[in-house]
Amino acid sequence: MSASEKTSQEKPMLEIRDLGKSFGSVRVLHDISLTVMPSQVVVIIGPSGSGKSTLLRCCNCLEIPQEGSITICDKGIVTDGVLLPEKELNALRMHVGMVFQSFNLFLHLSVLDNVAVGPRKLRGMSRAKAEELARSHLAKIGLAERVDAYPAMLSGGQKQRVAIARALAMETRVMLFDEPTFALDPELVGEVLQVMKALAAEGMTMIVVTHEMGFARDVADEVLVMDGTIIEHGTPQEIFSNPQHARTQSFLESILSPG
Amino acid sequence: MEASVLTPVWQGMGGLLHDALVTVEVTVAALALSCCVGLLVGIARLNPKNRIVYGVASTYVLFFRGTPLLVQLFLLFFDLPQFNIMLPAFTCGMIELGLYSGSYVSEIVRGAIQSIDNGQMEAARSMGMSYGQAMRIIILSQAVLRMVPPLGNEFIALIKNSALISLLTISDLMHEGQKIIAISYRSLEVYLAIALIYLVLTTIASQALRQIEKRLWVGGMVQ
Repeated sequence: MSASEKTSQEKPMLEIRDLGKSFGSVRVLHDISLTVMPSQVVVIIGPSGSGKSTLLRCCNCLEIPQEGSITICDKGIVTDGVLLPEKELNALRMHVGMVFQSFNLFLHLSVLDNVAVGPRKLRGMSRAKAEELARSHLAKIGLAERVDAYPAMLSGGQKQRVAIARALAMETRVMLFDEPTFALDPELVGEVLQVMKALAAEGMTMIVVTHEMGFARDVADEVLVMDGTIIEHGTPQEIFSNPQHARTQSFLESILSPG
Repeated sequence: MEASVLTPVWQGMGGLLHDALVTVEVTVAALALSCCVGLLVGIARLNPKNRIVYGVASTYVLFFRGTPLLVQLFLLFFDLPQFNIMLPAFTCGMIELGLYSGSYVSEIVRGAIQSIDNGQMEAARSMGMSYGQAMRIIILSQAVLRMVPPLGNEFIALIKNSALISLLTISDLMHEGQKIIAISYRSLEVYLAIALIYLVLTTIASQALRQIEKRLWVGGMVQ
């Protein structure tokens, strides 16, 4: 199913209107509008400091944008700097999974508990049920044998896979990936991307900030190029083969043929 | 056998040990109060933007950490009755030691919490936890581990500081020792004996904390 077909049938999963965000006097984001349909995979690329991560962090209110609005699953989470009431926001955040550059696994919990803690404390599951759910998610990403390990004992790739499982164990409907392979050794990047590809194939709605152009080309329905705002967007084909904007061209050149 | 220089100590040992228990009691009660107050005040001082809570908590720390324990004890015991508030000596000593120590513990708590990587809070919040849940389930569980060594210091200081409550007519270890000295005039021997008993108490306390620390360490919590 292509992105345009979905548009006509369903309500958007996530909708951003005229978003603007400043840190002090520095305007990091401006005039951003974006619609993400269910099962769509949107990849955001752009030079560092272009506001990609900030935009992603706005999507679950880790950062609060001062202008514009964000709507997730038909619920406005922020409008012109005014947040949804705390309780509703927390409930909505359960549907929005976030995967961080630096993993942020809970260091005092075992792999199993890292995944089970959310379902137990937030979805009201019994310990046994939550652990069963956690085991099934961990088995899916090939870490069934490491359930008793602690994060410090895992490789970067394993940590990031656990972080993905942790996010999926909630009632996740949108996954946000903030440069998930950035902190990984090159040989570990593949195992994380593979999990993400499988997730996309299952129909998960995903917004991915990444420098992995191969992933963008293979998996994305839509690629956004950012530099403070969305300067260009289109299918991977359009962006990579025929970039319109000069800024996009120079960015792609620098990243595809470094040095 | 002729009476040796240590005779007053041996004769008074029963009393000394008995009153060492009072020292232990007041210290343990004060420690419980200190930890509760320290935890609340430490968390209250995390966010300066909440002006009232931050202001009250900071004033508390300013006063109790910034003035001598002895002065605070006398204020509470001798001057509060002027306002018709009469507390038993033991209660006074316990509250005062607890509040004094709590001001230090609050800084230990605040420091430990702030040393936890912000990503832990972000991960917990983005999962849907409220601030309180994230603090309890994720942050404090990790911060406690970092609190234990400095809390050990504080606990030992508390045991030693408790000697001052003897001045409130409380019959603690120090008070009992001074009674023996008043009768026997053997201050060197008796004070050495008192020091030894305090040393035993502080050693037991620090060993207990080491055990707690060991128990709490899991999974080599270093990322």
